[in-house]
Amino acid sequence: MAEELTPISNDDVVWMEEPEMGFWESTFLPAIFSGLKNSLRHVTDFKPVTQQYPEEKPDLPLNYRGVHRLNRDDKGRVKCVACMMCSTACPARCIDIVAEEAPKDDPLWADRDKRPKSFVIDELKCIYCGMCEEACPVDSIELTHIYDLTGLTRQEMKFNKEKLLEVFDQTKDNPRDPIRTHRGILGPASDFTSLPQVGPATQIPQGDKASEPVSTDVIKQG
Amino acid sequence: MSWEFFLVTLITIGVAFGGLMGTIAYLILVERRLAAFIQDRYGPNRVGWAGLLQPIADGAKFLLKEDVIPGYVNKTLYILGPSIAVFTAMAGFAIVPFGPVDQAPSWMRFVIAPDVNIGMIYIFCVGSLGVYGVILGGWASNNKYSSLGSMRASAQVVSYEIPLGMSIIGVVLMTSSLSLNDILMHQANQGVLGWNVWTQPLALLIFFVSALAETNRLPFDLSECEQELVGGFHTEYSSMKFALYFLGEYAHIITVCFLTAILFFGGWQFPLIAEADSAYLGATLVKVVVLLTKVLMIILLIMFIRWTIPRFRFDQLMNLAWLGLIPMAAMNILVVMTAKQFDWPIWTLPLGSLAIFVAAGLIGTSGKFIVSDQTVDFSESPEGYVHVHS
Repeated sequence: MAEELTPISNDDVVWMEEPEMGFWESTFLPAIFSGLKNSLRHVTDFKPVTQQYPEEKPDLPLNYRGVHRLNRDDKGRVKCVACMMCSTACPARCIDIVAEEAPKDDPLWADRDKRPKSFVIDELKCIYCGMCEEACPVDSIELTHIYDLTGLTRQEMKFNKEKLLEVFDQTKDNPRDPIRTHRGILGPASDFTSLPQVGPATQIPQGDKASEPVSTDVIKQG
Repeated sequence: MSWEFFLVTLITIGVAFGGLMGTIAYLILVERRLAAFIQDRYGPNRVGWAGLLQPIADGAKFLLKEDVIPGYVNKTLYILGPSIAVFTAMAGFAIVPFGPVDQAPSWMRFVIAPDVNIGMIYIFCVGSLGVYGVILGGWASNNKYSSLGSMRASAQVVSYEIPLGMSIIGVVLMTSSLSLNDILMHQANQGVLGWNVWTQPLALLIFFVSALAETNRLPFDLSECEQELVGGFHTEYSSMKFALYFLGEYAHIITVCFLTAILFFGGWQFPLIAEADSAYLGATLVKVVVLLTKVLMIILLIMFIRWTIPRFRFDQLMNLAWLGLIPMAAMNILVVMTAKQFDWPIWTLPLGSLAIFVAAGLIGTSGKFIVSDQTVDFSESPEGYVHVHS
């Protein structure tokens, strides 16, 4: 009967029985006293784990994802090139960008083609997943360590470009939110001319096209 | 009955009632802080220095909150429930002496109702009436969790009433009186070795366990276990009505702790500083302080037990009362009666308690062999506990 019910062989099944209770165990008293001693030890040797929040600030991990900021480049312009990658990547659809052409006659913007006219993030809709940060090709949008974000209205929680740049100005000197890249220095990913050959992580049946190495033609040489 | 008697009674009631209310408010704070310490937290420490104004803030909140009476409840019984709970708890305290009754000052007494010579019976009667508040509240709430909670409470109180009463009979036999003050004086006159805790340790154990069950304290708070019953019998109660239930519960606990201190730990008697014949200046005050300290110790013990022992299952609760405490209490009565009848020396009583305890433990241990005499073939039972070897 047990064979029908269990999907494993009978040899692998061990039938357990309750251990017998001894005299002292069945009187409960030793267990109660050792428990009381344990409780008392927590009072006499009081080591609280609580953080007294407003006075003590939490020590957040370095990859904490808080309020967004829009980075400035070396000339103080907004780094964003209005490519819409972040708003496309955003699973919560909380980023709204309107792009405009950079004014070519202005010497400050001479080397730029496109910039955001408006850049609004709804901080209430955002799920703080960090996908925008991952998607941004110019490291413009970043998540900071600010976690105590409050507001009285929904409108107040929609951060526009000026507000997001202000967050950058506030956080750029904080060692926890450093400016990670500077204009002209590209990340290590730009050095690849060919993708490394990646072996299969799991066993893959013969003839599966996904297991074959990626062709070098995918990346344009030079 | 002169008007002085009336005035003194009023003052006594005022002192006892005010003291009780203040104590309850601060006991709740003590319990919350202690619970926090045991769980490695701080607890309420924001209102006032170290949270000392927290009870006042809580009281103000209870008074100012909206008093919701759901539309589907039986309104009369719904309001009657918390009233009975708090009334019976207060009425039970009326005959508890909270100081040396004989040496009271002229302007107040140390017991609200003096000369009640059936004190023990009165306390048990009024105390067990308290469960009416729980049952009425649970029933009138028209909510299945509330009524489940109150059903549990009624079964529990009915069961634990018996060992609670039986454990006291030994003490009453030793003193030949039901009056609390007589029992106290009987112990005080014999000094520290005359405390009933030495002669009747088993009765103390049974009394204390049953008292925890009577007051619905952990590990016996099945009538309000949050995991199963939302809030238990007071699920539908809010603001001041909920506070009244809480008040009643804590007043009951204080009464029970006074009883434990008076019946088993000699009341206000303490070697050297508070003997029965000590009459130095301020002796009365010292005796009151000694009694209150003993009560506080017992309350702290109850709080420690709350955060130490997990809640019983309902069948375990019933087994403990009917298979454990009641037979032990009956045997204890037998031992005390025999010792008294044949004038056995006093040291035979603790030996008798120990013998009953050992016998109960041995029966509990060896009873397993009797029950599981026939071998059960577990491989035939699909419900058996399966452990999978990798």
